[in-house]
Amino acid sequence: MKSLFKRKTQSVQTNSWLSSPFVRAFAALMFVLILGVLFNAEGTFFKWDTHRDMFRQLSVFAILACGMTLVIITAGIDLSVGSLLGMTAVLFSILTIHKGWSPWLAIPACLLAGAVFGMMSGGLIGKFRIQPFIATLAMMVFARGMAKWISGGQKISTAVLQPDGNYHYVEVPSIFNVLNSKILNENIAVVTLVFFGSVFICWIILAKLRLGRYIYAIGGNEEAARLSGIPVIATKLLAYGLSGFFSAMAGICQAAQELQGDPEAGMTYELTAIAIVVIGGTNLMGGRGSIGLTFIGALTIGYLEKILSINAVGEASRLMLTGAIIIGAVLFQRSRR
Amino acid sequence: MLSMEKIRKSFSGVRVLDNVHFVLKPGEVHVLAGENGAGKTTLMRILAGVYSDYEGKIWINGKNVRFKSPLEASSYGVSFIHQEMSLINSMTVADNIFLGREKAWAGIWMDYHSQHKKAKALLEQFNIDINLSKPVEECPLSVRQMIEIAKALVYEARIIIMDEPTSSLTDIEVQRLFEIIMDLKSKGCGIIYISHRLDEIYQIAERISVLRDGKYIGTSTPEDLPPGELIRWMVGREISQQFPERLSHPGKELLKVRSFYLPDPTGSKRWAVEDVSLTLSKGEILGIAGLQGSGKSELLHGLFGSYGKIAKGKVFLDGQPYTIRSPIYSIECGLALLTNDRKGTGLILAMDITRNISLASLKDFSQGGWMLAHKEEAAATEQVKSFDIKSRSLHQEVNTLSGGNQQKVVLAKWIGTQPRVLFLNEPTLGVDVGAKYDIYNLMNQWTAQGIAVILITSELPELLAMSDRIIVMHRGKITAEFPRKQANQEKIIKAAMGKRVTI
Repeated sequence: MKSLFKRKTQSVQTNSWLSSPFVRAFAALMFVLILGVLFNAEGTFFKWDTHRDMFRQLSVFAILACGMTLVIITAGIDLSVGSLLGMTAVLFSILTIHKGWSPWLAIPACLLAGAVFGMMSGGLIGKFRIQPFIATLAMMVFARGMAKWISGGQKISTAVLQPDGNYHYVEVPSIFNVLNSKILNENIAVVTLVFFGSVFICWIILAKLRLGRYIYAIGGNEEAARLSGIPVIATKLLAYGLSGFFSAMAGICQAAQELQGDPEAGMTYELTAIAIVVIGGTNLMGGRGSIGLTFIGALTIGYLEKILSINAVGEASRLMLTGAIIIGAVLFQRSRR
Repeated sequence: MLSMEKIRKSFSGVRVLDNVHFVLKPGEVHVLAGENGAGKTTLMRILAGVYSDYEGKIWINGKNVRFKSPLEASSYGVSFIHQEMSLINSMTVADNIFLGREKAWAGIWMDYHSQHKKAKALLEQFNIDINLSKPVEECPLSVRQMIEIAKALVYEARIIIMDEPTSSLTDIEVQRLFEIIMDLKSKGCGIIYISHRLDEIYQIAERISVLRDGKYIGTSTPEDLPPGELIRWMVGREISQQFPERLSHPGKELLKVRSFYLPDPTGSKRWAVEDVSLTLSKGEILGIAGLQGSGKSELLHGLFGSYGKIAKGKVFLDGQPYTIRSPIYSIECGLALLTNDRKGTGLILAMDITRNISLASLKDFSQGGWMLAHKEEAAATEQVKSFDIKSRSLHQEVNTLSGGNQQKVVLAKWIGTQPRVLFLNEPTLGVDVGAKYDIYNLMNQWTAQGIAVILITSELPELLAMSDRIIVMHRGKITAEFPRKQANQEKIIKAAMGKRVTI
């Protein structure tokens, strides 16, 4: 009888270990990977190129999800990341292709633009107490308009329209080729390194900086944080500013991958970014979560898409399956609590 | 009428109730006592159908029952009036009272008229005068408590569980509640009453059952269980007095407030605090008494800068003119405010003990924006030790701590800012007897170190035992001020009800 009781407590302890959010996120990823092994499309899944491409295709979304994680931990949301991506992709293309700016100037300029637009949302939310959903929805529309305005509604590519009505093809700026290349014997894409870099920056912010503590505190209990002397408005300004910054980072990568700045780029990307954060297990209520969870969530979504595409699942079925699997993963994670 | 036998319950392997018995007779007020974490609330949740995975048997009116849901429990007349309120703030009083059992024609079309009529009759029966079409958020806390009770009455509850119903009420409102309880009793309802306040327990109890660490200690009548013995049952050790001896040693004047006016932060036209002047010396505890709406909490928040720069009046800190700006600035200047709602405005529940303790002094634990984890941990370790916070580890989330330990975490946070002036708003609210005594001792220690304290508490014995001086407020104004020796409960209550008292 005694030993039976002991075994029971042990099993309970294992259960509490299983209830760690990391283990839960990881289990969801493992489930997707097992699907990949089972449906390996005649061995395609076991080739490194498949994984490299998965990472490359995932990177832009995952960079957006990094900034989104910071915002969601403050108990907010940023719907403007897709539009900011489009706007900065256009801006980057104009600066480098049309104006011939050096990337050393163009990249900081675009990152600054993204951060400033993000801080505008942050200001509306922090200072004027507009709900994050509304403020960033407005910014989503506004930034999309901005993208169309500065591009004149046209894709900004190396085919430059001349006053005489003909197209003149200019050379692709080298920065596009650099960002679009693969290094280490073509084993890893440069944009993937940007993704890893973004994760690292967010990890530093959340785990090592005082700013990170402010972000968690505000998401956990804004009033308690405010009364404890935490600068709530400044922190929100920075969180949304960083989200804009990462949107710009993603916009630059997107422009490089498409070799053009498309004012329509990034439509609905905000939803994928939110899905990545949520599937990782970061709570939309704020105060809980981490960038590590978002990293795992990104891989889960990335592999899911990749596995469906190498198995030549049609787009209609792919979307429906993705929706179903997101719900499945979230329910699975909750059941372990 | 109710009998619970050999109740056992575990949470993730930890036994929280072990062989607990509980018997309730009709028309009885049965106090369930015990420290926080003793298992009182868990036992009551089992009775109310919140938890169904327990061992043991429950009999109601001779029938063996096992509730699977709160709805099922309420169909047997069991009603749980929660410690944390379960009202929907944006809905009206009447809608809240009938929440879940709305009156409707054919079950779909709301019959507001008869709902209103029935609610009115119900409340009149208990002499409660509330505007039924007002949203709950516009009612003061004490009225909300009454609404909770009215809600239970709609269910025609026979077994009414009240979990610390007075924690948000002032002494006078408590008396009103007791009248209602007497009324319910005379109608044959059985009342299970959970409370930490000794004076209340002895005023109302017919029998007292005590739990400690999930175990059933015993049941007795109040006559056979004097307070000292009850405390011994609850804490398992001897606590000779309720309060430690207060040795006052005021030093020089530290805080001076002259003609302080504060507009009502909720936006109404009247002043929340009107023409308040006070002084506070180093090492002194100044107690403030007052009913709900007397402006005492607003006074502390206003001085601390919670509302920003909306206050008028002159404030001097250590002889220098002081401008109220924001909590950030106040903390820098050595002010600290413990709010009366530790879950709502004190703690960050999703964070661990360490991070809650360091929250208000993060600048001391960081350099150039980088957190110094070792320094933070070392400080938290020291605080946990000096406050005797009982926890499994420094990284335990605070929402898993008992009320007393949570309160100590918030206190540790504020002491960590090295305050000169400490505002304490209900520091022992919902805290068990042992932890209360610890907090009183800490207050004595802090003042011995020269910290000046303003203490708000709705427990008059606490106010009388711990304050060096007492100010009484009524509708935003000071109506009386007493040195401790000249104060007594009667004088304070008179002044709190608006009578100017001269000494």
